[in-house]
Amino acid sequence: MELKEMYREVVNEHNLYPAHRGDMENPDLVLQGVNPSCGDDIYLQLKLDENDIVTEGLFNGSGCAISQASADMMLDLVIGKSREEVLKLAGSFMGMVRSTASPEEIEALEESAALESIAHMPARVKCATLGWKTIQKMLGNIGEATSEQD
Amino acid sequence: MNIEAIRKDFPILSDGTVYFDNAATHQRCVQVLDAMRDFSEHYNANPMRGLYKWSVEATERYESARHTVASFIGCRDSELIFVRNATEALNLVAYSYALSTLSEGDEILISVLEHHSNLLPWQMAAKAKGAALKFIEPRPDGVITVDMIEAALSPKTKILALTQLSNVMGTATPLKEAAELIHAKGGILVADGAQGLPHLETDVKAIGCDFYAFSGHKLPGPMGIGGLYGREELLEKMPPFLRGGEMIEYVTRDSATYAELPHKFEAGTVNASGAVGMAAAVEYMKKLDRKELEEHETKLISLIMKETADDPHIKVYGPEDPAEHHGIFTFNIEGVHPHDVAGVLDEDRIAVRAGHHCAQPLMEYMQKECGMEFRATARASVSFYNTEEEAVRFAAALKKIRGYMGYGA
Repeated sequence: MELKEMYREVVNEHNLYPAHRGDMENPDLVLQGVNPSCGDDIYLQLKLDENDIVTEGLFNGSGCAISQASADMMLDLVIGKSREEVLKLAGSFMGMVRSTASPEEIEALEESAALESIAHMPARVKCATLGWKTIQKMLGNIGEATSEQD
Repeated sequence: MNIEAIRKDFPILSDGTVYFDNAATHQRCVQVLDAMRDFSEHYNANPMRGLYKWSVEATERYESARHTVASFIGCRDSELIFVRNATEALNLVAYSYALSTLSEGDEILISVLEHHSNLLPWQMAAKAKGAALKFIEPRPDGVITVDMIEAALSPKTKILALTQLSNVMGTATPLKEAAELIHAKGGILVADGAQGLPHLETDVKAIGCDFYAFSGHKLPGPMGIGGLYGREELLEKMPPFLRGGEMIEYVTRDSATYAELPHKFEAGTVNASGAVGMAAAVEYMKKLDRKELEEHETKLISLIMKETADDPHIKVYGPEDPAEHHGIFTFNIEGVHPHDVAGVLDEDRIAVRAGHHCAQPLMEYMQKECGMEFRATARASVSFYNTEEEAVRFAAALKKIRGYMGYGA
């Protein structure tokens, strides 16, 4: 898929009409992810229940359409999933953009799988992975996740 | 100016890409490539050391390159130091001149327009010496006037460091007047010519600056070679920046005396083929009519401005007058991040730069003063080999971007 097609098929919708953009009252976990070289910036907020299931998720920030849309699609996918499942999906997404993920792993990413072609656009990989990297850090290590730095 | 003939000198352009990122790096002409290949094929040896024919010839070619480049900017050969790029040149001045002359309470004055390479070395020097780093605020269109410089100077200003041309706004700084003003206060002017040298006919003695930094690759030359002009009296007094081979006169176990200028500042084996390439780029520029070249670039910017003027979503930064842009067209498209703009244009085979342009304080300023949506812009920068047809193709592509991004369907 080429870039314009990817914008049309999936990115524009999530960039212009995000379902999960906003600020949350009393989130359990917050983390700001930044791509220092391009200024993309994602502020991710999550709520987890006692069984470690993500019950709510919102993002805020500023950046290119791919970074914002990818974060929105990610939240679509991870809300309702356990910490373990989210981390597994994050691993699959990272694998997909490096062309190392299996077809099953890519399928599990649902709509986010539409970003597969990013693997052929090296300049944009870090845009697509910003949200995923941030959630990986948040859920991989609670101690670090409350700090605000990437 | 015969653009078709000029384009034949730049083989990379033949693939149909509209190359509008000349302010980041200029393309290289065959004359440069041939000169570098000729050096490597016939004269390659370590200059200034060998006692055999090749080394003597390598030395001759390296020094002849120095003479060509020095003449181009109007200084003596002994005042031109070969460095890697303008960034290294500015660091040399900061580490060697600033650290050895500044005292606590002194001031370094720069502008908000500066590229990070003319900002970070001064942050370092100010911190190390307890000096203050002060800024000249430009006008929102990127213009810095003589009055603004005068108002920002103080009796404590020891170093004034300014870019010759802004790499974002394209605006020229009044360096000649700046030199007079700072000299009257007993300080020195450091000029960053990385962006300026390819566009403005430059004579460092006529400007009156004390240092002038530039890069070979912003001319049609290679990367990894640049120059620093320094006024001889200052260079004589300055300590070396880097120490090692080829910059010494005599060395004992505990001490050393240094080679004469400019070799005192050229430690280690030099980039001789790079210097030869930069000299070939200078020779190429000398054959072009600089006035005509400037007019051509202005014509292209003017054309892009005219072709995009009817689109209310395209916001252009910098002065109203295209002649003050010096080939730079910095812009944003409403609702579209500049990285997406550059991504779509890339698919149309148009190469532009997008981001903060190594000028983050300026982006912060523009976000406030010019109402920018993102802390970034897109930038098209033209050169003498670009055509009116390319300018029109670019303008047409810009107007389609919002459509691709899901607006107005």
